[in-house]
Amino acid sequence: MAHIEEHKETHTVQKEKQNYVMLDLGKTPKFGMPAFIQVVKRSLSLELLKGLGVTFREMINALFKGKMHTTKYPFEKLPISPRYRAIHEMLRLLESGHYRCIGCGLCEKICISNCIAMETRYDENQRKEVSQYTINFGRCIFCGYCAEVCPELAIVHGGRYENASEQRAGFSLFEDMLTPIDKLKEQKEFAGFGSISPNADENIKKTPLAY
Amino acid sequence: MEEIENNGLISLTIDGKRCVAKEGEYILNIARANGIFIPAICYLTRCSPTLACRLCLVEADGKRVYACNAKAKDGMNVVVSNEEILEERRAIMQVYDVNHPLQCGVCDKSGECELQNYTLEIGVDEQPYKIADVKRESSNWSSVLHYDPALCIVCERCITVCKDMIGDSALTTGPRGGKGLDKELKDTMPKDAYAMWNKLQKSVIVPSNETNQTNCSDCGECIAVCPVGALVSRDFMYTTNSWELSKIPATCAHCSSGCQIYYETKPTGIANRDEKIYRVTNEWNYVSLCGAGRFGYDFENRTASKDANALKKAVAAIKKADAVRFNSIITNEEALMLQTLKEKFGLKLLNSDAKAFKDFMTYFSNAKGATLWDGNIRTMMQESDFIISVGSAIRHDNPNVRYLFNNIQKLNKGAGLYFHPIGDKVIENLGKNVACIANKINSEEAVLYWILDKFADKEKLPAEVKDYLASLSTVTKKTITETIMEDIIETVIDEATGESKEVTKKVPKKVNKEIEVNTSKLLEMFGAPNDFADTVEKFLAKKENFSLVVGEDLYFHPRSKNLAILVALIESATPFNVAIIPPKTNSLGVSLICDLDDECSGYIVGYNEVGDFRLSALGDGDLDMPAMNQQEGTLTNMHKRVVPTNAALSYNGYTLNDILNELGIGKRLTIDWTKELPVKKGFEAREFDSLPNGYNNDGSENRGYGLKSQRVKIVESLPKEISLNEMSAELIAYRCNPQRQFNEFTATAHQIFEPFALYVSEEKADELGDRVVIDLEGTEFVLDVKIDNRMSGNIVKLPDFKHSFEIYKFFGQNRFKSISIRKA
Repeated sequence: MAHIEEHKETHTVQKEKQNYVMLDLGKTPKFGMPAFIQVVKRSLSLELLKGLGVTFREMINALFKGKMHTTKYPFEKLPISPRYRAIHEMLRLLESGHYRCIGCGLCEKICISNCIAMETRYDENQRKEVSQYTINFGRCIFCGYCAEVCPELAIVHGGRYENASEQRAGFSLFEDMLTPIDKLKEQKEFAGFGSISPNADENIKKTPLAY
Repeated sequence: MEEIENNGLISLTIDGKRCVAKEGEYILNIARANGIFIPAICYLTRCSPTLACRLCLVEADGKRVYACNAKAKDGMNVVVSNEEILEERRAIMQVYDVNHPLQCGVCDKSGECELQNYTLEIGVDEQPYKIADVKRESSNWSSVLHYDPALCIVCERCITVCKDMIGDSALTTGPRGGKGLDKELKDTMPKDAYAMWNKLQKSVIVPSNETNQTNCSDCGECIAVCPVGALVSRDFMYTTNSWELSKIPATCAHCSSGCQIYYETKPTGIANRDEKIYRVTNEWNYVSLCGAGRFGYDFENRTASKDANALKKAVAAIKKADAVRFNSIITNEEALMLQTLKEKFGLKLLNSDAKAFKDFMTYFSNAKGATLWDGNIRTMMQESDFIISVGSAIRHDNPNVRYLFNNIQKLNKGAGLYFHPIGDKVIENLGKNVACIANKINSEEAVLYWILDKFADKEKLPAEVKDYLASLSTVTKKTITETIMEDIIETVIDEATGESKEVTKKVPKKVNKEIEVNTSKLLEMFGAPNDFADTVEKFLAKKENFSLVVGEDLYFHPRSKNLAILVALIESATPFNVAIIPPKTNSLGVSLICDLDDECSGYIVGYNEVGDFRLSALGDGDLDMPAMNQQEGTLTNMHKRVVPTNAALSYNGYTLNDILNELGIGKRLTIDWTKELPVKKGFEAREFDSLPNGYNNDGSENRGYGLKSQRVKIVESLPKEISLNEMSAELIAYRCNPQRQFNEFTATAHQIFEPFALYVSEEKADELGDRVVIDLEGTEFVLDVKIDNRMSGNIVKLPDFKHSFEIYKFFGQNRFKSISIRKA
């Protein structure tokens, strides 16, 4: 409730602060004759051609001077902000190539649309292995909590926003999201949601070690 | 402060709150019972204080004490926390966090970890201490236990529970090999934190038998009590986080103890969203489970489907049937449904275990004048200091009775006598004051008469019994050698003066003396060892609160009627609290609800038993039934309580209620039968949904409701004289399931693997070889021979948990049977 009250308050404050200025548009003609004269004046002052001139200039620029403004999607794509939240990616450790996910289950827990599920097991190397991992993209609202909570920076939001398909299940398994092993070199450290802040070192107190 | 007199109650103030408690109770327990929080890691209710963690430091009347082992005094004022105490506690938690691996992400305990909780609660946000760690390798201790010493905080709860509650004493502390603490720390850091750390740095937990495998019952109670992720079940390890599991309160359906458990479920996997039980947990401060309860949970009927055709056949079979054969692993509601079938269709009800028990209880109540026994196992555990167990292999029949037996030794400084023809090495070692008496087979009458002779208030005994006991006792003369001090007068000549002087000296001298000894023939009758009388005298010193538990051997006994009357007489004429242990899960409920019949022939519908048409919760019958973890209902346990159990898993088939609905006598739901349970037999007309299933903070049971003992007319209360049916045969078999195996459901569970085999002691195994053919009245079985290294003697144990072997039929009204055997 308190939250709603607060919201109402800021709303009224904004209203009071608004300071509109009326443009001087002259007088609107009230009778037939003055109105007709206004139409004729506006039509014959060649304002139309001014506008057409701008269009023509830009057409020449685009066609002959190589200054095209349109992006040829889907052949071209605009760069997106690292903070954009599209289909998730699963990152690998750069040194070993092993996937980073440790199966802690925090993403599964924090997911507010309850769309992450995983299976883990005790593997032959006495480690916790993620045997299955999936995100139901039919339910995912791309809030980014999973990426934020991940202690290993393993699950991150990638830039793949084109997820129109017959079935979204096609990009929801662990293997689909995991960086392909041959593309490991191209894997970039994630700078968006949940990544470590540049001044992280300043914010922590180091534990003494006896070594 | 006002005094509360006469009933041993005192009042004290803890954290500003006035609490009333029993004298001699620990401060921590009083605080917990009154909802006051005192941090503590190492203390376990019902076990002795360990004093490993030192977190429960409080100030009582200005003096620093540990709440877990300081006894409350009248008018005491306890301060739970002040600046110095908080400083100590923070230092203790800081020390616990030193070198604790930061692998909460993969740790099974994360989310329910006491180290995590207390670190946050006490507000550890920095780490001032350090020490070099040593490599500590994790290992598997048994088929179920996994121990990771790196995660262990050596609170010793596992050791404590194994010793004080379970009785295996399978764990102890061993050297860690860590470096000693810096001596300077002693002066600079808080005192208790230093002492705790000093001890912690020296030890880890190891199996007590100096191997890397524990010699234990695989009950997993150490896993339950572990505050961190050091001890986990091998099967559960890394399969799920604790917070993903939903806890379903239920009642364990394996033995008559009916322990409260939680089935913890979550979907099986990504592809299969059906719920699966991942583990069973318990309120370990108030109830301890056995291996079957903890690990035998996946016995559900998975394949069941609504097969309308099979249902029709079942209905036809019931109409046609002469009898229904079932066992006691059913709910009270199902028992009532079967009783309704009997009443409407004139079916006979056959149930081997409940029939014997019902007969015994009928004789018992006819002698006593009331339907139930008076003893309560939970109060016995708290108060009793002398326990006798007769006629039950408690390690197999009912692990909670074994825990009771052990707990009395360890916590109440008690003594115990375990009467059983088969020796048990675990029971033997439960305490200094425990004697296993291998009484002769079927000589339990003599044992019960001996209890009367020894403990009964002779005024309360009927004259006939008094005379009989007198006729059995003989006064013999016995010569004993006694050492006495004798005065000797010596004449000493003083050398200086030459005078002779008489001096009196005391000299020890051995004298033979004849004394009169009152011996009873009873001892000879049940085969007491020679020193029996002396042992009992020694055990009885300073004992005040006596308990007797009697078990299945007495119900399956040629003289069970006389035994029942004797038990009733012991209850009325001696100071003993008596508890009667029902043989199977719900034998008590079935025996109260159903009118059971003698064995008969004809067309028989078997419910989890042999029959011409089989209803089965095991998935192998003609019509599927829900298993105990798939249905709601109530069970009547040995604590004389009617306790609810819930469905943990979905069930897709028909239930017994559906069959009754087809017959036109059903109800909408199975649990609609709960309020119909017979009030005349001691049940209450209560709705299923009104039944609680938990424990209160003070440890009292808040589960279901207690059965009410009903008055009945005294018919026959005079015991007959002893008639011994001695068994003399080459080989005698005892009908007894292996530890952790109680019935066919436990046998289905994937973590319980004790096979259907002949269990023998080590010495007998050499004689028998690996495989034998057993001849039971013409029917031959080939069984493996398994060594049970915890039993001794020549008697062998033959399990009854597989219905298809029809072991009950062969054994009849006796748990012992002579069998012939040859090597396969």
